[in-house]
Amino acid sequence: MRRSNFFKRLLGLLIVGGGGLIMLMPFVFLISSSFKAPNKIYVFPPQLIPDPFRWQNYTEVFEAVPVLRYARNTIIITVFSTIGTVISTILAGYAFARLRFKGRDLVFSIMLATLMLPYVVTMIPIYVMFSKLGWVNTLLPLIVPSFFGDAFFIFLLRQFFRTIPMELEDAARIDGASRLRILFQLMVPLARPAVIVVTIQSVLDNWNAFMQPLIFLTKRSVWTLALGLNSLQRFETGRDWTHYLMVLGVFMVVPVIILYFIAQREFIQGIVLTGMKA
Amino acid sequence: MKPISIPAVNLKRPRLFGRLSTEETIWGWLLILPTVLGLILFKFGPVLASLYFSFTKYDIITNPKWIGLTNYRTMVNDKFWTKSIEVTLNYTSLFIPLSIIVAYVIALLMSQDLKGISVYRTMWYLPSLVPTVASAIVWRWALNPEFGPVNYPMRLLGLEVPGWLTDPHWIIPSVVLIQLWGLGNAALIFLAAIKGVPDTYYEAAEVDGANTWTKFWKITLPMTSSVVFFQLIMAVISSFQVFGVAYILFGGQTTSDPAGPGNSALFYVLYTYRNAFGYFKNGYASALAWVIFVVIMLLTFLLFRTQKAWVYYEVEGGE
Repeated sequence: MRRSNFFKRLLGLLIVGGGGLIMLMPFVFLISSSFKAPNKIYVFPPQLIPDPFRWQNYTEVFEAVPVLRYARNTIIITVFSTIGTVISTILAGYAFARLRFKGRDLVFSIMLATLMLPYVVTMIPIYVMFSKLGWVNTLLPLIVPSFFGDAFFIFLLRQFFRTIPMELEDAARIDGASRLRILFQLMVPLARPAVIVVTIQSVLDNWNAFMQPLIFLTKRSVWTLALGLNSLQRFETGRDWTHYLMVLGVFMVVPVIILYFIAQREFIQGIVLTGMKA
Repeated sequence: MKPISIPAVNLKRPRLFGRLSTEETIWGWLLILPTVLGLILFKFGPVLASLYFSFTKYDIITNPKWIGLTNYRTMVNDKFWTKSIEVTLNYTSLFIPLSIIVAYVIALLMSQDLKGISVYRTMWYLPSLVPTVASAIVWRWALNPEFGPVNYPMRLLGLEVPGWLTDPHWIIPSVVLIQLWGLGNAALIFLAAIKGVPDTYYEAAEVDGANTWTKFWKITLPMTSSVVFFQLIMAVISSFQVFGVAYILFGGQTTSDPAGPGNSALFYVLYTYRNAFGYFKNGYASALAWVIFVVIMLLTFLLFRTQKAWVYYEVEGGE
């Protein structure tokens, strides 16, 4: 019994630990390649430590590619979309969790059903709509819809709001607090973990978004980092810029990793929250 | 992300502030107003519009022209459509089971009291945060048959290195591999579920002389089946919609290039996208989109039908 337990643990350690290291390898190579000279990236065997270190990749890339513009666009989209998502989903999440009104359950179940709806189905009419508004090649199509809720986040917040004892809210109401005050001064602080999860997830979704920016942003001036990266890897310039590509890759990945280490606890909580069914 | 059912808010519990009040109704609708508008503007309106477009010839610049079922008939003889279905089914039939099983096994291994578990957790989880574009460029290089580091250990072992992203037979498995890199998220969800199984169950089973194997099949798996079900639904919905990786790695310089050698990476959504934004066949693209929509709905529905047979809900016998 003891023996088998030992072997089981060893096996676990080997797979989980060794596998974990393998999972990290692409990161390691991404970072290492970003410091390589272009002719040192495609060599065999692959170099783990760049020789020589080409620090100037990180300065030259700004001249070769409008990185700052891409970054600025990405950040604008991410910030405003997240603000919109957080506000609109808190409002709806609270209403679905705590207020009783006619039609509530119906709207809620219809909303949940839309989770099954593939984006390809709605993308053409949405494109037509935004192009009629003259919003194509502006950042608006990527920001404005965020102010109109998100089924999954609303569901998540509702589940969390429901766990907060009713008595707290009742007490506040007796004291004469208004609905909005109850929501923002009592419920939102109590649901902080869930609100943070929604915020983080929304930031990630927007930062990583690819298909929607691809559809709505065709001019270089409004491109996001993801689109810039995509155009570089297609060798649209006709030159081998793999080393710059890797630098841009680092620019996209590093903020996400920093965010993870800042909010590690909330990430894990998010996994638990999002993984659970109703 | 698909919720299973909608537990009604406890209407039975006597409330301090009476029954359905007008004030509450007004607030309720006010707070969900943005969401309701969003549902109309970005879901229902577009769904209906797209259904209408699917019966038309529509290039966006001129008005849609009604052509009845022509788009749907065209599909049957469209060899690219057939190819895209083949590609997508090959992918989903590999990805869905693999992603669930591998993630579950990893979670099981992690659930033992390993030292430094949080470090491993991080190692497995981080790749799932990497943006599609970044992951695609790293993997394109890592899977390069001549220089990619993936081949290094294979060559040392004397294995022949396949043309991961160039050989039509290896393209789908390679895309599956790239996507599996992000399975840390599912693994951690399973880990949370496995850790949530009360110890008393295992203790009782041990008293009865159950071994590890029995404990897994009779306790761990049934107790976590609802989470497995949830992840399965998610995997079905998302894997039929693969786009980013396919577009980035195999999208070609122009939309007239084949998606991968012999269109071996012509994923369904990629083909739909090309019809809409490459060939301006928006009517046809809408029809294509509706077909995949119906397929996803049917599959989800069928999975829900099987739910009773194998999914166990702890409370209230299946909420």
